[in-house]
Order: sequence, then structure tokens, then C-alpha cells
Amino acid sequence: MTWFKKEKPAESAPPPRSKSSEGMWLKCNHCREIVYRKEVDRNDKVCPKCEYHFPISVTERIGLLLDLGTFKEWDAGLEAQDPLKFHDTKPYKDRVKAHQEKTGRKDALVIGEGLVNGRRVVLCVFDFSFMGGSMGSVVGEKLCRAIDRALELKLPVILVTTSGGARMQEGILSLMQMAKTSTAVAKLGEAKLPFISILADPTFGGVTASVAMLGDVIIAEPKALIGFAGPRVIEQTIKQQLPDQFQRAEFLLEHGMIDMIVERKRLKETVGTLVNHF
Amino acid sequence: MRDYLEFEKPIREIEEKIEKLSAAATSGKSSSQNDIRKLRTKLAQVEHELYKNLTPWQRTQLARHPQRPSTLDYINELTRDFLELHGDRLFGDDRAIVGGFARFNDRSVMIIGHQKGKTLKERMQRNFGMPNPEGYRKALRLMKMAEKFNRPIMTFIDTPGAYPGIGAEERGQAEAIARNLFVMSRLTVPIIAVVIGEGGSGGALALGVADRVLMLEHSVYSVISPEGCAAILWDNPEKIPDAAAALKMTANDLFELGVIDTIVPEPVGGAHREPRAVCDLVGKALTNQLFDLLDLPVEQLLARREQKYRKMGAVTGLPSGQA
Repeated sequence: MTWFKKEKPAESAPPPRSKSSEGMWLKCNHCREIVYRKEVDRNDKVCPKCEYHFPISVTERIGLLLDLGTFKEWDAGLEAQDPLKFHDTKPYKDRVKAHQEKTGRKDALVIGEGLVNGRRVVLCVFDFSFMGGSMGSVVGEKLCRAIDRALELKLPVILVTTSGGARMQEGILSLMQMAKTSTAVAKLGEAKLPFISILADPTFGGVTASVAMLGDVIIAEPKALIGFAGPRVIEQTIKQQLPDQFQRAEFLLEHGMIDMIVERKRLKETVGTLVNHF
Repeated sequence: MRDYLEFEKPIREIEEKIEKLSAAATSGKSSSQNDIRKLRTKLAQVEHELYKNLTPWQRTQLARHPQRPSTLDYINELTRDFLELHGDRLFGDDRAIVGGFARFNDRSVMIIGHQKGKTLKERMQRNFGMPNPEGYRKALRLMKMAEKFNRPIMTFIDTPGAYPGIGAEERGQAEAIARNLFVMSRLTVPIIAVVIGEGGSGGALALGVADRVLMLEHSVYSVISPEGCAAILWDNPEKIPDAAAALKMTANDLFELGVIDTIVPEPVGGAHREPRAVCDLVGKALTNQLFDLLDLPVEQLLARREQKYRKMGAVTGLPSGQA
């Protein structure tokens, strides 16, 4: 019996090929060079030609930052309601459902705790593949809960952002998440607990204009696009072409908006060193 | 001369007829008093019907009306001894935001608000009410000063949004907005915000984290403009009115969603038709709200402000035993 049971599912439902296992070659989002996929994968998903850091999944991000097997997820079951009964080309409810099926997550933020080189921390990671990492009620509530636990357990909070901004489909309630999460970060600061924000490509809109820019220390990944208004909106407003490196992490560093740019392979080590200063 | 909006065409037609007849009557050509009276009755009916059933998109246009009372109008009508304070002490003075101490009901308060400007020249000087980071940083400086001298803060919100420009990004538009949310959430003095016109996303919220949020009946407040939303989600400018409806951005919608506390009614046709009366109503509402807040101990004020925002949002799937 067991023999049959073991064999069958493997035959009838082969694991779906993830996007990253398709094709041997990959075009870099930044330098547009064609690069060998395996080489990129071996290199922490960093372009070997230009050091562009490709987006990585939440699981990869957790694996990169935390000690193996130490992550415990919190509140994974929280999901969005549809307070506006929003309907564009598709009802919001269906859109959420489709993304839940695609990603296996309920919404665009994962929170929990784990160890960085043995030091216990709270970790929050945005999932860009879930509706562009947009912040609606669930993301806002989970960020607040993560900070609540950090306050309770007296732990540092590490946040990794990749987001298009506030989630339009939840309208004004999404906007209010900016106020709600900023309040939580302020309380964390009053308790003298550190808040480290790591900005990955891309981070925009209401997420940049709230939690992302409120880190005691702000780290960005090389060449990540970070800003308030999207480049297209700015171009349409000022009717000019934007400068070449506009809104890249290097541009932000030069303008004094972030503390440092850290390559992926040195990220864990840097965060580990940093939290020990607090 | 009145500015008519596109959807106010039926009103314009009747008003023009009345004007013609009145002109004729005064020059003694005919005794058309009766006709005029009839037309006035009709006008009242048409107006009543039109404004009673405004669509969200029509409301948005009213909220953006060039003659709608502005922050400076409210300051002039409701306060005395206003002294405008300028500059962020870091980069410049942003004329899209005005602020300073003023005397309201014989009490010194800090007033800060967006200012769009009325004439084209003034609108350009004020960047159509779209602040740059220095505007938000000026507001922050004034709010911290209010806290230092224990003065309540009143803000007036009326902006299409924070300015999307190269300089704004270079100088940290996102950081400036984030910093205001962060600081406002914990300021130890009462804050009351009034959405008097257009509440454009983060650029509005950066003056809008408050103990009480009031909103004029025909004002709008949204995470994105209907134009922006239609462009992104539908890729079709004809869907702008649909986007305005879908975003639930009217005062009634926001009241139902628990985002605002009070709606201040407007006269038929909108605030610009009777600006004085509207200012008066806003003044009364502010007096009431301020009265409630002034005696609260600071810890309570902050705890309530925190709770107010913490409750906002709609989530489900709470694991039992976890709050």
C-alpha cells in the first residue's frame, strides 16, 4: 500500500516548474546583458556583469538573513477583507485569491522571529510577488503586530521592503496603514529598540513614505530603485527624461537618504554586526 | 462672475436667463417679474436635485473648485493675529504650505495648511498646492514648536498630492512625509485636521495624522487620484468617474470606513457659494472638538490617537486568542 501511495502523487502531480528554473539564460534588469542563470543563482541572484541584485523570494530572503531553520512565522493566517467592494477590471476578492494561489501566502508580508548569528530578532519581509508587495490592511496590521511582539520580547526589528506602495484596492484604508505603522515604529523607538530597514528593488510610494524611511539605520541593496513617486509619474509631470541613475540606491546614498549600500553576500554579516551595537 | 463646472450646465443656463430678464426688467422693457420668479423656483429645484445626487467624480470637481475657501480664507475668517512663519531652516520656504501662530477663540494655536492659490499666477507660485519636502519639513518644524510651547495644532488639508519632481526625490520626499507621520503620531498636544478640499494621498496625510479628523461634505480624500487610479488599473482615462466611485473617497464613505470623525455640511452648490457661512460652521466644529481634547491628560491623548489608527483597516482570519 505505502509503496503505491508514495509513487502516485509524484507521478500525477510533478512539482510546478518555478519561473527561475525556466530557461538557461536570463536578461539582467539593469545592464540588459544576457547572463547564465545558474551563475546568477550561485551568486545569491546577483548579476555577474553589473552586480544588480535580482529580486529574491521571501523564503530565499529569510534563508539569506537568518540562521538555518530558526525562523518562526507569526500570524500567517491574516487575510484581506474587501472593505470597498472594489472592482476594477476584476473584483479585488478574485485578485487576492489569485495571488494567494500563486504565492501560497495570504498577503504581501511575512512576519516572525529568528536568529541572526545567534541573536534573536523580529523579521518582516515584503513579498513583491503578491500584488506588487502593496500595503493594505493586512500588511499594516502585521507590521504593527510584529512591532508589538518586539516590544513585548524586547527585540530589534528588521524589515525588508519591496513594494509598489499603498494598495489602491483598499483605498483610504491603505493610506491609513502609513499612519498606523509609523505610530508603531515611533513606539518602538520610545522603547529604545532598534529598527533596521533594508530596501530592496523596488521600494516606492506609501511604503517608502512610511516605514521604509523610518529605520534607525537604512540599508539598500545595490542598484535598487527607491523613491516616492514612480519614474513614469515624474516623467509625465515634468516632461523631461530622468537622469540615468535617478532613484537608484547609489543616488539615495549620495543624497544622504540612506546609511549604506550592502551587497547581498555581506548582508547577514552586516545586520549581525549592526544589531550588536544596540 | 461664477465659475461653472461642466455638470453645472443646467444651472448656468437658468441663471443666464434670469440675468437677461433682470437686465431687461431694470431697463423697463417689460414686466417679466413673474417669469423671473418662476425661473428662480425652477433653479432652486434643479440645484436641489443636482447637488443631492452628486456622483463621487462630480464631488471631486467641487472639491477642486478654484474658488473653494482655502487655508488662508479660514485663517482670515476664524482667527486673528495670524503671523505666517516661513522656511524649514534646511533648504527653503515652500509656498504650497502655509503656517503660523494665530488666535482662535482667544487661544493661541498653531495653524498649518496646504495652499493651492486662486489666480493662475498664485497657483504657479504655490505649485498648485503640491508641496516639496521643504514644505513638510516646515510643517514639522512648526508642529514641534507648537508642542514645545504647548499650543494645539489645527491643520487644513487641500492638496492634489506631494509634488512628483526630481528635486523632491533628491531631497527626500518620502522621508519628509514619513517623518511627519512618525512625529505627529506622538506629539503631546491636541491635533485636529480638517479636509477642506482635496486630500491627495501621502501628501495630505503628512498633515493629517490627528486626534480628530473633520471633513467638508464635498471634500474628497483618497490613496490615489481617480485619474491615477484609472490610468493604472484600467489604462483608460474614460474610467475616471468609475475610479472615483470605486475608491470610496467622499466624506460619507470615509465616515463609514471610520477614517474621519465629523462631516461639516456645505451649502447647496458647494462651499464656494457661501464661504463665510462655511467658515463659520468649520469654526464651530473646531471649537467643539478642541473643547473635548484640551482637558485630556497627555497619556490619554496619545493612547487614544494610537488606538484610533490601530483600528483602521479590514482584516480577517485572526487566530483565536491573539489580539
